[in-house]
Amino acid sequence: MAKWLSGAAEWWGRYFSPEQFYLNFVEDDRFFKYIIGGLKTTVIITIFAVLLGIILGFIVGIVRSTHEKTGKLKFLNAICRVYLSVIRGTPVVVQLMIMYYCIFISPDASKMMVAVLAFGINSGAYVAEIFRSGIMSIDNGQFEAGRSLGFNYRQTVIYIIMPQAVKNVLPALCNEFIALLKETSVSGFIAINELTKGGDIIRSRTYNPYLPLFTVAVFYWITVTVLTALVGRLEKKLRKNDVR
Amino acid sequence: MDDILMPQAKAPVGKKVIEVKGLCKAFSGNEVLKNISTDIKRGEVVFVVGPSGSGKSTFLRCLNLLETPTSGEIYFDGTNICDKNTDIDKLRQRMGMVFQQFNLFPHMSILKNMTLAPVKLLKMKEEEADAEAERLLKRVGLSDKKDAYPNQLSGGQKQRIAIVRALMMKPEVMLFDEPTSALDPEMVGEVLGVMRELAREHMTMVVVTHEMGFAREVADRVMFLDGGDFVEEAAPKEFFSNPKSERLKAFLSKVL
Repeated sequence: MAKWLSGAAEWWGRYFSPEQFYLNFVEDDRFFKYIIGGLKTTVIITIFAVLLGIILGFIVGIVRSTHEKTGKLKFLNAICRVYLSVIRGTPVVVQLMIMYYCIFISPDASKMMVAVLAFGINSGAYVAEIFRSGIMSIDNGQFEAGRSLGFNYRQTVIYIIMPQAVKNVLPALCNEFIALLKETSVSGFIAINELTKGGDIIRSRTYNPYLPLFTVAVFYWITVTVLTALVGRLEKKLRKNDVR
Repeated sequence: MDDILMPQAKAPVGKKVIEVKGLCKAFSGNEVLKNISTDIKRGEVVFVVGPSGSGKSTFLRCLNLLETPTSGEIYFDGTNICDKNTDIDKLRQRMGMVFQQFNLFPHMSILKNMTLAPVKLLKMKEEEADAEAERLLKRVGLSDKKDAYPNQLSGGQKQRIAIVRALMMKPEVMLFDEPTSALDPEMVGEVLGVMRELAREHMTMVVVTHEMGFAREVADRVMFLDGGDFVEEAAPKEFFSNPKSERLKAFLSKVL
């Protein structure tokens, strides 16, 4: 027992001592350079990828559900299906590397832009299916009521279907964004210094795996928690004028 | 003015407003309507009755092209609505429809439910639409519900809202698809009351219903649809008290 205790104390001293804190976070300004700087990069990539994903997903979701509802847009629907199949059938790391090494071959290409494109296009596929299921989940009577009043298909979707569908899919969208935020951790594969890579850099300099990686984990957790709370508030606001 | 649901409904009565010629409808090979032809005149109140699965609703939904006929022609005010070049959205603005399941928009207040279409489609001014909506709400006794949401209302209230929502577009024809079938019995009366007034104001109406008593009371003509075809049609008195065909006799003996 005493032996075990002294072993634990030694371990703690080796990795969690004040000197270690100094080494891992203060020296060379590592905390701000790698953790905060990495978090900033992670958040920027996520935000723009989410925006791209929503735009792409919205368009693809509309095309797919319109095809299902009306049988129109055959050609576009076929393209969308190929897109969904390729994106969902391959790992995002591979997509990211293909984007960087095969499509943007030029070394001048901004790595951030490549990452935003790769993650945005990836997320778009999942968002598209979320939107499609949201639209398809609205009772067909809502379509018919809209059409019978004289709205065309597009107007019916805009005024009547979408407001209800978006409300219904918000939790699923939130999930997708949380997943996306965490997926950006593979950006290190194309040498982007985001949060995960930042922690890894510190680890490789200080030979202390505990402090930097735990810190990285905590910062992901904080970001996700904040994101969840924000979406929760938005959801509540939307529900307010929809008493059920 | 105030006591009238639809002032503009008092159009010249008697002219054919809907003509159905050889209407057929099949769902994946299953023939639901078989070569139906009939006319509906302006100001006429036509009831369509028949057993379940006889194609009543399908017939009604063909009239505003919610179902696309397999073959045949339907003319609305002289325009063939089945023609690919017809702007069906424009024609649907002139035909109101009331559904069994109400289909109010749950994300909008009652007032917004009613004003959305006239504001967006008829370019009616917001205030003007609000005033008209409030007038109609008062008429059906639901003034206090204008800021409520559909899910706060009872079935009968929802259906009355659905009727006045359709009336907001100042339609020339109203189509009713079993408007009281989803209601609790004590709420049927309030909906029939509104329909009765519309009929009195000579709104052109096509009503699919199981309310035989109501049909006998307000219909100008009752049509019996069975097996995808109109078996018999007559003025309500004749229809109910002196049925000709065996099928209608059998049907009436079951429902009356």
